[in-house]
Amino acid sequence: MNVFMTQTLNGLGLGSIYALIALGYSMVYGIVKLINFAHGDIIMVGGYVVLLMMVTMGLPLWMAVIGSVLFCALAGVLIERIAYRRLLNHGAPRISLLITAIGVSIFLQNLFQLIFGSDAKSVPQMFAFPPIAIGSLQIASSTIINIVVSVLMMIGLHLLVNKSRMGKAMRATSEDAGAAMLMGINTNHTVAFTFAVGSALAAVGAVLYCNTYPQLKPVMGNLLGLKAFVAAVLGGIGSIPGAMLGGYILGVAESWTKSYISSNLTDAVVFGILIVVLLLKPTGLLGKNVKEKV
Amino acid sequence: MSKAVLKADHLGITFGGLKAVTDFNAEIGEHELVGLIGPNGAGKTTIFNLLTGVYQPTEGSVYLDGKSMAGKKPHQMVKAGIARTFQNIRLFKDMTVIENVKVAFNQHMKYSVFGGMLRLPSFWKEEDGIDGKARELLRVFNMEDLAQNTAKNLPYGQQRKLEIARALATGAKVLLLDEPAAGMNPTETMELMNAIATIRERFGISIILIEHDMSLVMKICERIIVIDYGQIIATGTPAEVANNPKVIGAYLGE
Repeated sequence: MNVFMTQTLNGLGLGSIYALIALGYSMVYGIVKLINFAHGDIIMVGGYVVLLMMVTMGLPLWMAVIGSVLFCALAGVLIERIAYRRLLNHGAPRISLLITAIGVSIFLQNLFQLIFGSDAKSVPQMFAFPPIAIGSLQIASSTIINIVVSVLMMIGLHLLVNKSRMGKAMRATSEDAGAAMLMGINTNHTVAFTFAVGSALAAVGAVLYCNTYPQLKPVMGNLLGLKAFVAAVLGGIGSIPGAMLGGYILGVAESWTKSYISSNLTDAVVFGILIVVLLLKPTGLLGKNVKEKV
Repeated sequence: MSKAVLKADHLGITFGGLKAVTDFNAEIGEHELVGLIGPNGAGKTTIFNLLTGVYQPTEGSVYLDGKSMAGKKPHQMVKAGIARTFQNIRLFKDMTVIENVKVAFNQHMKYSVFGGMLRLPSFWKEEDGIDGKARELLRVFNMEDLAQNTAKNLPYGQQRKLEIARALATGAKVLLLDEPAAGMNPTETMELMNAIATIRERFGISIILIEHDMSLVMKICERIIVIDYGQIIATGTPAEVANNPKVIGAYLGE
């Protein structure tokens, strides 16, 4: 029972990271119907910025974290502005956007290999306090931090989307960009803002990831991004609660597989779950059943 | 006629080789209600798209209060004071009725994203103001009780009215209504006519109306512009237009 509880909590901790990253995929998809495959690499960028600021520049941790979040938000806006906006505003087919996103991803990976080398870099200890014991149950500090931070971020995002003016503009743009524009909403700014928020969340995910698994590689965004994308699809892409739910499910499934089946099978189980869910409920767990008008 | 609020000066647009609208000249006075009619495919909605910045004209330009609107994007046109409704309803369906109205008030709000998230006093002050204004606007349309309903659950006629309310919430000086009575039953059309008359009184705005329901157009419009094949073929009072042989020809396919 203790092993089960520990593994479930570890899974939720890992799932929190997936959830934060999945939110970025889901928000961007919700607003411009683009699967932003470069999103996974933003995590990598976020990780390297933390490393650079903490180790090379010797700045305190909190500055490195804020710096990384701001840098990633800016990177997200720049990517949207340079790579996607023209395509979006000229009604380019979705496949062009998708290929552009893959191009941006390859570009980022190679750029960071060029700057930092392709070998793994280790990240110094970030946040740590002794594990908390509840009865005979030991909970690692990183697990607690991951869960608490992700829940706080999601509450913040919920308020942002549902209560703020920008959130209303985001929802209006995602429902009907043309009508939103004709109600006085600057849809370009709204889309850029969405990229900024999504990338900032990815940077937070990057910090949590580095804290949990203290290692960085320029290609780390591939699998991490893919899994977060699976989480977003699993929960129903475009849905914010869906992305969170998908992230947690994935994390817990991975953790259980590692302890009860085999750690070699984790990825197989993750993608297996995706296949099963999509077969049974193609729109994902919380996805809306959208009928496209023909 | 009083001073022109909106002026279209030799407005034209070409798609590829097709001249969709040519040499469209019109002046809409303050507080005026003008009908824009013509057979299907005559270019009425294209003119609306030109007036709202959805299309950039290839010739001529639009003036609002004497200022050229050349190169303005749709959201800038709205800020300048031109708002519209759509031929096929385009509400934000998954938002509530009041959110639909509030989203259009958006551009007047000052508080920042962080103010909104942190619930700073400036946020509450403006949000309260917006909420009150949105409710007031819904009251004009007798829709206050429906404020918390999701827009897609409203009956058709109410959705049409909500679209007009949302357009008014942008603070427009000129309101463009694209077939507001389309698909309405006679009772709903009557209600709509009253609503249009009321908002014109209360908000002191100018209205351009595209409509196929001739009885509605003839009853409420002061002036009618008739177009066919993207060109103005007649303009005048309802009675003048109704007796114009060119208009009769265009409609009956002479």
